[in-house]
Amino acid sequence: MASQEPPETRRTDRSHWNWLLLVPIVIPLLTLLFNKEEPRLAGFPAFYWMQLAFIPLGVVTTLIVYRMTKRKED
Amino acid sequence: MKDHLTELIIFGFLFLLVSGMGFVAARWRRPATMDSLDEWGLGGRNFGSWISWFLIGGDLYTAYTFVAVPALVFGAGAMGFYAVPYTIVVYPLVFLVLIRLWSVSHVHGFVTPADFVRARFGSPTLALLVAITGIVATMPYIALQLIGIEAVLKAMGVTGHLPIIIAFAILAAYTYQSGLRAPALIAFVKDVLIYLVIIVAVLYIPSKLGGWGDIFDAAEKKFAATPNPGDGTLLNGANQLNYAMLAFGSALALFLYPHSITGVLASKDRNVIKRNMAALPAYSLVLGLIALLGFMAIAAGTKPIGTDSNTVVPVLFDQMFPSWFTGVAYAAIGIGALVPAAIMSIAAANLFTRNIYKEYIRKDATEKQEATVSKLVSLVVKVGAVACILLLDPQFSIDLQLIGGVIILQTLPAVALGLMTRWFHRGALIAGWAAGLAWGMWLLYEIPNPLKGKKHFGGSAYNLSELGFDTKMTIYVGVLALALNLLVAILGTLILKAAKVKDGDDATKSDDYVADAGDPKVKELELTGST
Repeated sequence: MASQEPPETRRTDRSHWNWLLLVPIVIPLLTLLFNKEEPRLAGFPAFYWMQLAFIPLGVVTTLIVYRMTKRKED
Repeated sequence: MKDHLTELIIFGFLFLLVSGMGFVAARWRRPATMDSLDEWGLGGRNFGSWISWFLIGGDLYTAYTFVAVPALVFGAGAMGFYAVPYTIVVYPLVFLVLIRLWSVSHVHGFVTPADFVRARFGSPTLALLVAITGIVATMPYIALQLIGIEAVLKAMGVTGHLPIIIAFAILAAYTYQSGLRAPALIAFVKDVLIYLVIIVAVLYIPSKLGGWGDIFDAAEKKFAATPNPGDGTLLNGANQLNYAMLAFGSALALFLYPHSITGVLASKDRNVIKRNMAALPAYSLVLGLIALLGFMAIAAGTKPIGTDSNTVVPVLFDQMFPSWFTGVAYAAIGIGALVPAAIMSIAAANLFTRNIYKEYIRKDATEKQEATVSKLVSLVVKVGAVACILLLDPQFSIDLQLIGGVIILQTLPAVALGLMTRWFHRGALIAGWAAGLAWGMWLLYEIPNPLKGKKHFGGSAYNLSELGFDTKMTIYVGVLALALNLLVAILGTLILKAAKVKDGDDATKSDDYVADAGDPKVKELELTGST
């Protein structure tokens, strides 16, 4: 991707992909989403398994942003 | 103590093993000389992705976290789980900021966050405030690592302060000799042990307690029977906002701590940092599972030693594991205290050297003199931490650590926002820092904790009703203080700019913030300003 790379030579960290980082920042803070008992998963109340599931969410989104904003020269 | 002989032997063996590694670390990756802060204090600024992952992970997820978080879950339930969203949110939050910090530090040779502030805002005063804030916030954090070791020793029946003094003397000696290389090397052992212990614990202990469902049910039953409305396996209407804000505020604060920045600046290039922002949450998973040990302790009917709830996890291990494996688990916690304690003392020492000694005492200090001063100060810092624990009530360190989190947040406008924009006026940043600090301290002072029988410094959750809001909700003090700080900094900047008050010069260029390894460095900085 990174087709929005401007033709100028100056380097920049700007990228539309960076907005994706907002997802794992906002979602784990919305307690309304996960502050409940049901459904349980393997005995875990939703409160616990959902928050643990946000960890892979954070990893994947951060990884995508890293891959997509990697500089051409490396 | 005799009952715990096997545990003591295993613990002692592993402890001595990593101590040996600490001394050998001086020769690891062969520096030509240890006589500069780049080598002693930042390990040569050359750590790759793997070493950085172990180092930063070992640095941020401390022994105290590993005993205090499950202790909190054991005592209060869901609220203690805030550590999980906190350590998920933090990496995407700082992703773009840290790479800029790395770049500008690479170009200009900055060792501390205060070095950056000094150059960015041309203000030694603001840099001094950032440095002092960092040192004050870090000191009690080091002391808390001792509490982590002490919890383990207590569980093995070892009492008295001598073992702690010996452990810290060894730590001080090899940190003095090897600098940041010592914790970087030890972090491998620490993290392997922690992962091993936790994987075994979450597979083995629930099978003995009837499964995860039973564990959560037991916890629900316990909290339902207590009179405290704030506990439970779920959050309630009053503490949800505090939960989210505590996670958010702690995430904002984490990479303002000088020891976190030391770990970041030791990386060899930007990609190492970016990759680690994606890979470090692996530790958050471990932390989440460790937090759940608190519920396992409830289900297992674990009783902490005396009134020290921090001993809950060590006692649980002792109950559940064969003694040789308990020894391994204790060693994991004990060694887990050494890595962050070493990095924190290095970071605090570097702040003193760069932003107090070199700035105010000896302006023409050579690199060798800087390294020598830093090494000595790292010893002083550790003696101070031990003295804190021995001479004062440990509760005092815990209170100080609570305050530390709130005050380190007050450096956010200068350090983190300063990396993104040069809009703020140095005078306004100083005013904002002072306002946030004063109000934050006052709010903390005002919070009682009836459960512990304390009138002041009883926690960090402030009742919004005290501010005139018609609600039962509470909120993390750090976020309130930071809001005032920002307000003052913004208004102050508008006023000072309108009044055309002289601002400091910016010694950095916008290109510096996107530089990568291999780009030219500025060896001698021409710093201006005397405010």
